[in-house]
Amino acid sequence: MSRKPRDKRMSIDEVIGSLESGMTIGIGGWGPRRKPMALVRALYNSDLTDLTIVSWGGADVGLLARAGKIRRLVYAFVSLDSVPLEPNFQRARQAAPESGLAIPEIVELDEGMFQTGLKAAAERLPFLPMRAGLGSDVLVNNPWITTVTSPYDEGHGHEELVAVPALRLDAALVHLNRADPHGNASYLGPDPYFDDLFAMAADRTYVSVEQVVDTAGLTVDTPVQRLLLSRMMVTGVVETPNGAHFSTCTPDYERDERFQRAYAAAASGSDEDWQAFHDRFLAGDEASYQAAVQAFTEETTK
Amino acid sequence: MSDTEFTRADVCAAAIADAFSEDGEIFASPMGLLPTLGVRLAKLTSNPDLVISDGESVFLGGTPPLGGKDVVEGWIPFRRVFDVVAYGKRHVMMGATQVDRHGNQNISAIGDFARPKRQLLGSRGAPGNTVNNRTSYWVPKHSTRVFVEQVDIVSGVGPSRAAAAGPGAARFNDIHRIVSNLAVFDLGGAGDTVRLVSVHPGVSVAEVVEATGFALDAPADVPTTREPTTEELLLIREMIDPKGLRFKEVPDA
Repeated sequence: MSRKPRDKRMSIDEVIGSLESGMTIGIGGWGPRRKPMALVRALYNSDLTDLTIVSWGGADVGLLARAGKIRRLVYAFVSLDSVPLEPNFQRARQAAPESGLAIPEIVELDEGMFQTGLKAAAERLPFLPMRAGLGSDVLVNNPWITTVTSPYDEGHGHEELVAVPALRLDAALVHLNRADPHGNASYLGPDPYFDDLFAMAADRTYVSVEQVVDTAGLTVDTPVQRLLLSRMMVTGVVETPNGAHFSTCTPDYERDERFQRAYAAAASGSDEDWQAFHDRFLAGDEASYQAAVQAFTEETTK
Repeated sequence: MSDTEFTRADVCAAAIADAFSEDGEIFASPMGLLPTLGVRLAKLTSNPDLVISDGESVFLGGTPPLGGKDVVEGWIPFRRVFDVVAYGKRHVMMGATQVDRHGNQNISAIGDFARPKRQLLGSRGAPGNTVNNRTSYWVPKHSTRVFVEQVDIVSGVGPSRAAAAGPGAARFNDIHRIVSNLAVFDLGGAGDTVRLVSVHPGVSVAEVVEATGFALDAPADVPTTREPTTEELLLIREMIDPKGLRFKEVPDA
């Protein structure tokens, strides 16, 4: 019998197959940075519906909105940075409710509130207090988010603060640079984003990575502080090279700006434009996506 | 161009720099091009103690040109930005798709929130910024579409709404300046409303009033925004923005 912790390697299809319609799914990364796009693409192509998506959004939100997967969206922003406004998200937000294209439930938070909500979930608390949201329309548009009065007076009275509700997740999807087969995972870029918080806020966490290495390989050339996820937080590990494309995955690769422009043009174009983009890049599996991207790159860099 | 001739973009940069000149040793967080230029100008002139970042994840020890790199003096990934917001040693200058008479700002959506005419970025950090640390706004195209009587959605919280929400919101609410391509404003007007502080050289008060969609509190004599110094012009042209990126945002009319 092996004395090693168990091997959690899975395929993309196995991850998606373990999810159910109606779930609350957190997606790691930040805007157009280190998004688990291979898993998102598979979600986009799945039969799953009625999802609650919790994300500091980029094209992950755009794709899932376009595919009509989102019943409820929890976000603080959705942006591609170099393309400031995400066209698929805009389209869904601006659509008439009866069109079937709109996102039925919208929860727009301040971006710090979003972190605090994940922290509360990670700490198994019902809420955590903070100032963000007070006085703003975040509280007007989300009347279910309420305030709490401080039991302490520090010389300013008993301050009323926002009781940021825990953002509990059924599942979290994150993408890191390296993992071992057991789920210990490291980021090699400049920013951990909040992937550990997503993992701890979730009942199950699936981590896709550029490369699976053995455990010793995780720290052979990398400081131990870069080990963001412990295997106790991780349910499954998927090796998906270029799997964050077209978002950044520094230092493995930067954002594919040319491809992002093509995505944004298709998303903001006619239904036919989007259909053509879908047919060329998104209709198949991850391997066919990567092959189509490679062909696109060769064609556009001639 | 002679050494002392200046453009509107240079005036804006100097006005933005002035907004940060008395901040001391805090994290200056500019969103967008002119704010970044202005903050770097402040760091090279009036306030060398400013802590600046690459806008991504590191604090920069020096003051590189726009888009340039420099020696790293600290780590500021997004999670630590939130820490500093709550800590309070930060002055952010954000954009504003709309800003109203009470200094409320909107970057969320235009129209009705339930079904917006135009979805924008989302509220981002504006609600948290405005109740935690000093906040200013930069408006590159001053018009009645931006300066409105009432914003459609309150992302950034002005002083009146902060006061109404109680000391938890008001204690650290500090809307410092609004700098546009035409003028400089603060929230010193009657009832904590937007007040005209100065009009840029070549701009009349009437022009600003005309381009503003609410009744502007303005003193009888409105000063002119100061002209950039020769040293500042040299720093802007030769060091911080040699490529003239500022003219994409504020064209040299």
